[in-house]
Amino acid sequence: MSTFVLLFTISLNAILAENFILVKFLGICPFMGVSKKTDTALGMGLAVIFVMGLASAATWLVNEYLLVALDLEFMQTVVFILVIAALVQFVEMFLQKALPALYQALGIYLPLITTNCAVLGVALLNIQNGYTFIESVIYGVTGGVGFTLAIVLFSSVRQRLEDCDCPKAFKGYPLALIAAGLLALSFMGFSGFKVF
Amino acid sequence: MNFKKQLKEGLLTNNPVLSQLLGMCSTMAITTTLFNGIGMGLSVTIILICSNVVISALRKLIPDKIRIAAYIVVIAGFVTMVDLLLKAYLPALSDSLGVFIPLIVVNCIILGRAEAFASKHGVLASAVDGLTQGIGYTAALVVMCIIREFLGSGTFGKGVLGADGVRILPAQYPALLVILPVGGFLTLGCLIALTQWINRKLAEKEKEKEAVQ
Repeated sequence: MSTFVLLFTISLNAILAENFILVKFLGICPFMGVSKKTDTALGMGLAVIFVMGLASAATWLVNEYLLVALDLEFMQTVVFILVIAALVQFVEMFLQKALPALYQALGIYLPLITTNCAVLGVALLNIQNGYTFIESVIYGVTGGVGFTLAIVLFSSVRQRLEDCDCPKAFKGYPLALIAAGLLALSFMGFSGFKVF
Repeated sequence: MNFKKQLKEGLLTNNPVLSQLLGMCSTMAITTTLFNGIGMGLSVTIILICSNVVISALRKLIPDKIRIAAYIVVIAGFVTMVDLLLKAYLPALSDSLGVFIPLIVVNCIILGRAEAFASKHGVLASAVDGLTQGIGYTAALVVMCIIREFLGSGTFGKGVLGADGVRILPAQYPALLVILPVGGFLTLGCLIALTQWINRKLAEKEKEKEAVQ
C-alpha cells in the first residue's frame, strides 16, 4: 500500500468510521458544553484541529527522542499532559500577539482545550497504534476535523431542541444526549467501511 | 463534617456524573460490562481520594496562578501509578479499559473536585469528599453497566461472576445496539432525566416540609 493510500485511509477513518466524539467517546465535555450555537461550535472545532495537529507532532517527537531514548516510556501520561498544557499556553500567547482577531474569536475555548480528552487521547493513540511522524500528524488533524464535523452538525440540531416541547425531566442535557445518540447511530453506518 | 449528608450528595443530589455532568466520556465509553464499570469506578475513586488529600495538604503552598498546572501534575502522578499497578496485577482490566485509564488525568471530576473542594478544605474533609464523590461515580457507572449489559448482551456481571456472567435473556434476544456507542448516549440521557426528576421531587418535598413548619 502506498503512503498516500495509507494516509487517506487514516484520515477517512478518523473523520467518519472512528469519529472521536461519536464512536470513540473522546471530547464529550466540549461537545456538550460548546454546541449551543453553530458559530462557537465552529470556532471550538477549528481550535481543536489546530491544537490536535500540533499536539500530535509535539508528543510524537517527545516520545521518540526523549522518552524512548531514555527508556522512560512509563512517564508518558505525565509528560504528554504537560506538553499539551505548555503547548496550549504557547499557542494562546502566540495568537494574542500575531493574530488578535482569531484570538478574540476563540476566546475561552483555547485554555479549555488542555482538559479536552480528545487531545490527550490522540497523543496516546498515536503511540499505541505505532504511527510514524507523518501519520500521527495526519491522524491528529483529521481527528480534529471529525470533531468539528460532529460538533457543527450537532449544534444545528441543538438549536432546535431548545424550543421543543418535551417532558420536564428531559429538558436540557438528557434530550441533548439522546439527540447525540441518534447522530452516533447515523455515524455507525460508516463502520466496517473499508477503503481498500 | 456530616458524612451521611456528603454521601447523599455524592450519590444523588450532587452526583458527579448524573447531576454535575462531569466525566461523561469514560462513563459512556467503558460501561459495557460490570467488570469494566467496577474497575474504572474503583480506580477513579482511589485517584480522587489520593489527589484530594495531596492537593488539600499543599493548598497553602501552591501559588494561585499556576494551581491548575500543579493539580494536573499531582493527578497525572497518581494516574500513572494506578495505570502501572493495573498493568501488573490486572492485565485483563487494563486491556479492556485501554486508553481510558491514562485519560483519567483529564477526567473533569478529579480536577473539578480539586478546584471546588480540596483547594478550600482540610485534609480529612477532602478525603471524605473524594470517597463520597468516588462512590457516586462508581454507582453511576455500575447502574449504567447493569442496564447496558442486560439489554445489550442479556447477561449480568460479565467478568465478575465468571467470564460470561449469568445469562438472563437467551442469546438471540438482546439488542446489540445498546452496547454500541449509541446505547451509551441513550442510557446516560435517560438516567440523567431520571436523576433530574428525583431531585425535583426531593426539592418539592423539602419545600412542603418548610411550608408546614
